[in-house]
Amino acid sequence: MELQKLLYELKKREEFDIKVNAKPAIKLPAGLNKKLVYEISKAKGEPDWMTQHRLRSFEIFEKWHDPTWGVDRSELELSKIVPYIKPDAKKTNTWDEVPEEIKQAFEKLGIPEAERKYLAGVGAQFDSEMVYKNIKEELKKLGVIFTDIETAVREYPDLLREYFMKLVPPTDNRYAALHGALWSGGTFLYVPKGVKVPLPLQSYFLFGNPGGGQFEHTVIIADEGSEVTYIEGCTAPKYDIVNLHIGTVEVYVKRGARLKYLTMQNWSKNMFNLEIKRAIAEEDAVMTWVSGSFGSYKTMVYPATILKGDNSVSENVSISFAGPGQHIDTGSKVIHIGRNTRSTVDARSISIGGGWSFYRGLLKITESAKGSKATVSCTGLMIDNKSKSDTVPIIEVHNSDSDVGHEAKIGRIKDEQIFYLMSRGLSELEAKSLIVKGFIQPVVQELPFEYAIELNRLVEMEVESSIG
Amino acid sequence: MILKVENLKAKIVGEEKLILKGVELEIAEGEAHVIMGPNGSGKSTLANVIMGNPKYEVVDGDIRFLGESILNLRTDERAQRGIMLTFQNPYEIEGVKFDQLLLTAYRKLHGEDKTFFQLHSELKSIVSEIGLPVEFLERFVNLGFSGGERKKGEIVQARFLKPKLLILDEIDSGLDVDALRLVANQINEIKRAGTSLLVITHYSRILNFLDVDRVHVYIDGRIALSGDKNLAYKVEADGYSIAR
Ligand SMILES: Nc1ncnc2c1ncn2[C@@H]1O[C@H](COP(=O)(O)OP(=O)(O)O)[C@@H](O)[C@H]1O
Ligand SMILES: [Mg+2]
Repeated sequence: MELQKLLYELKKREEFDIKVNAKPAIKLPAGLNKKLVYEISKAKGEPDWMTQHRLRSFEIFEKWHDPTWGVDRSELELSKIVPYIKPDAKKTNTWDEVPEEIKQAFEKLGIPEAERKYLAGVGAQFDSEMVYKNIKEELKKLGVIFTDIETAVREYPDLLREYFMKLVPPTDNRYAALHGALWSGGTFLYVPKGVKVPLPLQSYFLFGNPGGGQFEHTVIIADEGSEVTYIEGCTAPKYDIVNLHIGTVEVYVKRGARLKYLTMQNWSKNMFNLEIKRAIAEEDAVMTWVSGSFGSYKTMVYPATILKGDNSVSENVSISFAGPGQHIDTGSKVIHIGRNTRSTVDARSISIGGGWSFYRGLLKITESAKGSKATVSCTGLMIDNKSKSDTVPIIEVHNSDSDVGHEAKIGRIKDEQIFYLMSRGLSELEAKSLIVKGFIQPVVQELPFEYAIELNRLVEMEVESSIG
Repeated sequence: MILKVENLKAKIVGEEKLILKGVELEIAEGEAHVIMGPNGSGKSTLANVIMGNPKYEVVDGDIRFLGESILNLRTDERAQRGIMLTFQNPYEIEGVKFDQLLLTAYRKLHGEDKTFFQLHSELKSIVSEIGLPVEFLERFVNLGFSGGERKKGEIVQARFLKPKLLILDEIDSGLDVDALRLVANQINEIKRAGTSLLVITHYSRILNFLDVDRVHVYIDGRIALSGDKNLAYKVEADGYSIAR
């Protein structure tokens, strides 16, 4: 289905459609060129090293050819994307100072309420910049830093420079390079040694302008023996032109630390969502990725963990949901380097109403990773005959002392199953929702209660809109 | 009449050949009828067509439930009117727990007349009465169930959901004699509670334990002969040829 028609079809799905009429303070013209990259740096008042980083990234971008795999990106015209839209709002830590229109949008999403009830800190980004960032006073006193990258560039330059785009360098791929040139906003989170953050911290990303690009960057450092859960949420209103999101996430889990990274991605269905997420785990560290991909037009995201330290652990749980016209290309990457490292991947996808789910996975056990253990399970569920599901798991084992388990399963809901459930009085929608909810249960149980409810509600809406 | 089937002709969607070739059947409220017929005679097809399986197409005749034609109703609407079918081969539904299905279904059929807690304890007592462990409720519907467990699971559903008309499609096949007796007693219990029954089988064995009002011999897509319980034993002794 072509994009225009798809967007028209999805007009019914209004509930998450939050339009904001806030005038931006700076909106650079569409297009991609060195001058524009320089303008962004200037507008942010950056130090020279960052300006140079952007310009160098842009040069790399220009040299890279587009990867030949993944989603069809022919409708993505980078020259039409507006790369930097600065909201007319200063960064603040009180909601009262956030401009009314923007505040209302976040209120509609329930963010301030969530902050009061069950979060240790919240960041809220509107278009290209964070407009709100706040963390509980007790955590600040313990030395937890929770801010945006711009602030980190100014206030913690040494710490930031040590980690910024080291795990995902601009040379990694074409979109990493583009991100390096255009990045704006995002989160910098540092949890000091031994600090256990009792409640999740969350950043929420909202798009307010048609044709815009959002390129937030996230750096998380969980220092030795610390524990933290971080939640990333994304949404955007629908526009009739393509939007682009290239978020990049770098996570450093130090010795004995535990980090859980939750993503709830519900971009509108005109969004190209090309993300890079990568973590490195030191000795005895535990890294957990929990990802829900619901929205977007086309998505490519493959959260990766490098198990560098001995006895480190990676868990990767994901659910992606491809509805009409969507192509959701997700997966996981795990690289075992340390001895006795462990990893599990449980990837589940749902395709419905002609949607296409694609799982791509890489599990690599290097020669040094003696005594390692890994399991990969990827399961696809197709709700009807129009939808598609593929899995491409790649497994490489380079030592004879490791234990690898693998399971791939693609299934379709059968007419007989629906008939069975309907013969018990359930409607077709209820029957399908029940099966889908059962299928995603293992992911749902990883989520905080409020998100679990939200996820179940999302599923019902998706199934409903696809049955029509 | 709880059920009145008139000159019912039906086939598989997209195919030519009739499987039901003019079925006539009347069941009065509170009665238990048995349909006995050889394999492949179209018994399961009849059950599926009454339940509204979209795989089959009615080409002639009518099905009336409590006086109302149900031909244009969806399966779930028929279930909500009070019809229930237990399947010859119950389907596996991964991800859906047995109790979750039943509690959802109960609410759809009977509304909010009982609390969640009441329903759950009722379900537990039915399950133990049938000789299944309570953990059974936590399992995914029919997934990895043995043949006997599947059949018992269907009976648990029927007792819990309390339909007005229950169609049992070969509930007896694959059960050993003890299980058969237990299941038959449950069916008698369901009947005593006021449910009308249509028991489909190709074997007279279960009739030894069942309280039955009428027996129909069913051959090649229609009812060939009707009578009382003795007809079943006669067929068993002399073969279906007596009805041809
Ligand atoms: N889904 C189906 N596809 C193809 N043939 C079918 C299907 N259902 C029933 N039939 C055919 O219709 C006839 C009646 O089948 P069925 O109703 O299952 O009989 P019974 O339950 O009496 O054994 C058989 O010849 C069977 O092969
Ligand atoms: Mg049969």
